[in-house]
Amino acid sequence: MLTRNQLLAGATAVAVLSMFGPAGAQAPIKIGELNSYKMFPAFLEPYKKGIELAVEEVNAAGGALGRKIEIVSRDDNGNPGDAVRVAEELLSREQVSFLIGTFPSHVGLAVADFAKQRKVLFIAAEPLTDKLVWDAGNAYTFRLRTSTYMQTAMLIPDAAKLKKKRWAIVYPNYEYGQSATAAFKKLLKEKQPDVEFVVEQAPPLGKIDAGAVAQALADAKPDAIFSSLFGADLAKFVREGQTRGLFKGVEVFNLLAGEPEYLDPLKEEAPVGWYVTGYPWSEIKTPEHTKFLAAYQAKFKDYPRLGSVVGYATVMSAVETIKKAGSLDQAKLIAAASGLKLMTPFGMIEFRPIDHQSTMGAYVGRIGVKDGKGYMKDWRFVDGKVALPTDAEVLKMRPKN
Amino acid sequence: MTFASIIIQLLNGLAAAASLFLVSAGLSLIFGVTRIVNFAHGSLYMLGLYGAYTLIQALGRTPLGFWSAVVLAALLVGLAGVLIEVLVLRRIYRAPELFQLLATFAVVLVIKDIALFVWGAEDLVGPRAPGLSMAVEILGKRIPAYDLLLIAIGPVVLGVMWLLLTRTRWGALVRAATQDREMVGALGVDQAKLFTSVFFVGSVLAGLGGALQIPREPANLDLDLAVIADAFVITVVGGLGSIGGAFLAAIIIGVAKAFCIGIGTVTWFGFEISFSKLTLVVEFLIMAVVLVARPYGLLGKPQALQRLAADPAPPLTAPSWKIALVWVVLLLAVPLVADRYVTILLTDIVCFALFAVSLHFIMGPAGMVSFGHAAYFGLGAYAAGLLFKSAGLPMEAALLLAPLCAGAFAVVYGWFCVRLSGVYLAMLTLAFAQISWSVVFQWDSLTGGSNGVFGIWPSAWLADKTTYYYLALACCGTGIALLWRVLFSPFGFVLRAGRDSPLRAEAIGIDLRGFQWAAFVLVGALAGLAGSVYAFSKGSISPSTISIGQSTDGLIMVLLGGVETLTGPVAGAAIYTWLRDVVARHTDFWRAVMGGVILLIVLLFPQGLVGGLKALFLRWKEQRA
Repeated sequence: MLTRNQLLAGATAVAVLSMFGPAGAQAPIKIGELNSYKMFPAFLEPYKKGIELAVEEVNAAGGALGRKIEIVSRDDNGNPGDAVRVAEELLSREQVSFLIGTFPSHVGLAVADFAKQRKVLFIAAEPLTDKLVWDAGNAYTFRLRTSTYMQTAMLIPDAAKLKKKRWAIVYPNYEYGQSATAAFKKLLKEKQPDVEFVVEQAPPLGKIDAGAVAQALADAKPDAIFSSLFGADLAKFVREGQTRGLFKGVEVFNLLAGEPEYLDPLKEEAPVGWYVTGYPWSEIKTPEHTKFLAAYQAKFKDYPRLGSVVGYATVMSAVETIKKAGSLDQAKLIAAASGLKLMTPFGMIEFRPIDHQSTMGAYVGRIGVKDGKGYMKDWRFVDGKVALPTDAEVLKMRPKN
Repeated sequence: MTFASIIIQLLNGLAAAASLFLVSAGLSLIFGVTRIVNFAHGSLYMLGLYGAYTLIQALGRTPLGFWSAVVLAALLVGLAGVLIEVLVLRRIYRAPELFQLLATFAVVLVIKDIALFVWGAEDLVGPRAPGLSMAVEILGKRIPAYDLLLIAIGPVVLGVMWLLLTRTRWGALVRAATQDREMVGALGVDQAKLFTSVFFVGSVLAGLGGALQIPREPANLDLDLAVIADAFVITVVGGLGSIGGAFLAAIIIGVAKAFCIGIGTVTWFGFEISFSKLTLVVEFLIMAVVLVARPYGLLGKPQALQRLAADPAPPLTAPSWKIALVWVVLLLAVPLVADRYVTILLTDIVCFALFAVSLHFIMGPAGMVSFGHAAYFGLGAYAAGLLFKSAGLPMEAALLLAPLCAGAFAVVYGWFCVRLSGVYLAMLTLAFAQISWSVVFQWDSLTGGSNGVFGIWPSAWLADKTTYYYLALACCGTGIALLWRVLFSPFGFVLRAGRDSPLRAEAIGIDLRGFQWAAFVLVGALAGLAGSVYAFSKGSISPSTISIGQSTDGLIMVLLGGVETLTGPVAGAAIYTWLRDVVARHTDFWRAVMGGVILLIVLLFPQGLVGGLKALFLRWKEQRA
């Protein structure tokens, strides 16, 4: 009986509140946010701080449509079933205007499909899967983060320039690793038709047998390695590979390995010379980033990680969408988000009308070690626009309606 | 593979086996004596890594600092184990079988959040072992010197354990308690002290296994669940309570994994087979094969007939029609008075209630514990999704056909499972669940791989959440009613006879296995129905519906409500789902709070919530009389 009474009490409270609560101009605009906070805390704790910073700045500047904004966050447990449930809760009980967030690909895809069903706007923050905007794209879903395909494409020029023939590949065995590998093989083959992929290892996520994998790669005698490992898997692979001499005379490309979340734990063992995508936060001197960095450090007494930028930019995208729409009507919000341009710590981005992917770029560089810490050297910023396939290809992949 | 790579991969496998062996040996020891399925053993391993990391920083990166940190970390983890035993488990030894699993599950949640709070979210990469950071060249290939040390540590620990168990009085007591702990108690041995000491030694082994990994593995928050499944598999493959068996099993599994990686991708008859991807599931494949061939593991002996620690389960009482009717009316009325979200949450609860009741049916009255019940839930969900989306059936047809598919899998899996008993049976169900999971996870073209299947929404007339809730209520309510009805039919009585006294049941001519097999198929189909209803309520399904997590959730629901009661699982499903929803909304450290609440329930109501309330009610009635 406890359950029902409590539920009813809760329901009644909500009903009463919505009757007497301050409707109209004074009530904040609520935006629903869901993410796998307990599943991926290393990325999502800084992400949440980024959100807090953005909310503070937006409200200090007067909010949107004359109202303050409020982010209502929920933990989706890294599980699509739970994610759909909390999304329902955000929409029906919290009465949020629309949804933002999510981290793993399968949760992002499930929420995107849910948004389509409920006909609400969903701005996916972090899921990297290409399917989110292409094969499984829909009118209601937008994606902020530079996708797997884009980040892979950003590494291709360097990879092709080296003219290495024998490539070894290692990736975590799930959507992100699989599509990174597929994109890399396809794109490199186009640039360099004589390339050979001599060995492929797909360890389970979080459970790599690094010694055996490093040995298997070394046995194939590759000239270069493409890896999309991250987190604990990456740290184990780096250590075993170094001890076993796997990386001697071999060029290594690793998606995401320059992100502070994954680079910093490696400390003095950060693998020098690797080509990576990441976030050299201390060296970016653009005005928009300098402002973000100063505000972030003042508020949290800590440096931002990539997650911080993603959280911050997600909220900013949501707010700019509301401002541009001038209303909270779903049709207007979606029309506004399509083609929306806004400033982020990584510069101007646009949510492309053609596939709802933002043109947020990423930093590409090589890993160096200084004062016992890894950092990105020789980095350059690559605009997301140049790393996307042609419009014709996108239209072919994306469902029509 | 060349000869040199074969040798190197063999060494890699042996090195990986060392830590696994230590953890599994501890688990095996604890299970043998206390009969506790210690879910928190992986958490102790994780604490070993974190502890070693912190201690090495404090004691310095010298050989002395490193090794004293490792030993100290292991001992501290041992004390943590003692704390768990004294504060929690000691109070519930007489609770129904497996109830302690619930307590250790709560401990896992609490430890995870404590670790997050103390050590933060970032992975902590420990230092290399001082003096052993280099590689040794063998046959022209390099292997870390530390790995060679690990390979040596395994047999050393095995030897020490063997001496402890065979040459000391403590060892004799442990062996005696493993065989017959009632008798040990009757002979005047202080069981409490014995159990505490066993917990200490088991936990030290887990902590040592973790601490020794620090040069090979960053301390991170996913280690607990990553290692616990492996440890269970090794313990069972080796044979419960057999340390030597655990050693053998650890080596077999470690080496098998290394060779899967070493072989990589091969082409046979035009088919490309990636052995590297097989590492996802190889330990469960090995376990399935071993258990089918040797029902007590490699070196295990048939379990001695256990005298029950707890009283045998009381007979179930059939629910009264009046109360059931009141509940049905109440549930039907909810959407009229409550907000939309209550209906949505209740739809979840209704699905999980049928899932929990079907699990209860098999583990309670039928006496066959299933650790892999999510297999049928998830396969039902996938069958529904695929029949609808790929086969193009109408949603209603898919919904109703899916349980048959889940049942068909239960026909196959059940046939093997009913040949075993006890924990071996439970682990075989887990093996089948994990094999199903890995196939679903890998078969991109059919199941969508790790992304799952999406776009499976109900037909227009069911799209409204209230209507769908009524549909869920009708489907799952019917399923629950059917299962409960069956329990009081001759079929149900046969199952209970089989649980309480298999010998006598067979002596009066009952084909027990046949009935148990039928029970498997029945609950498989109904769990599939729950999954199918769940899938259409979410619009998408992913492999997590077949995962260990889903199976564990089911166990938690049943145990929380009370495995010896009829309505307990329904109450457990409702409370667990509702708690998770509420707690997660109000605190960042929701896992620790959940764990705390479950621990509280465990300590206050050792028969589960419904069981406890029933006991209170009976006592109250007696006092009045």
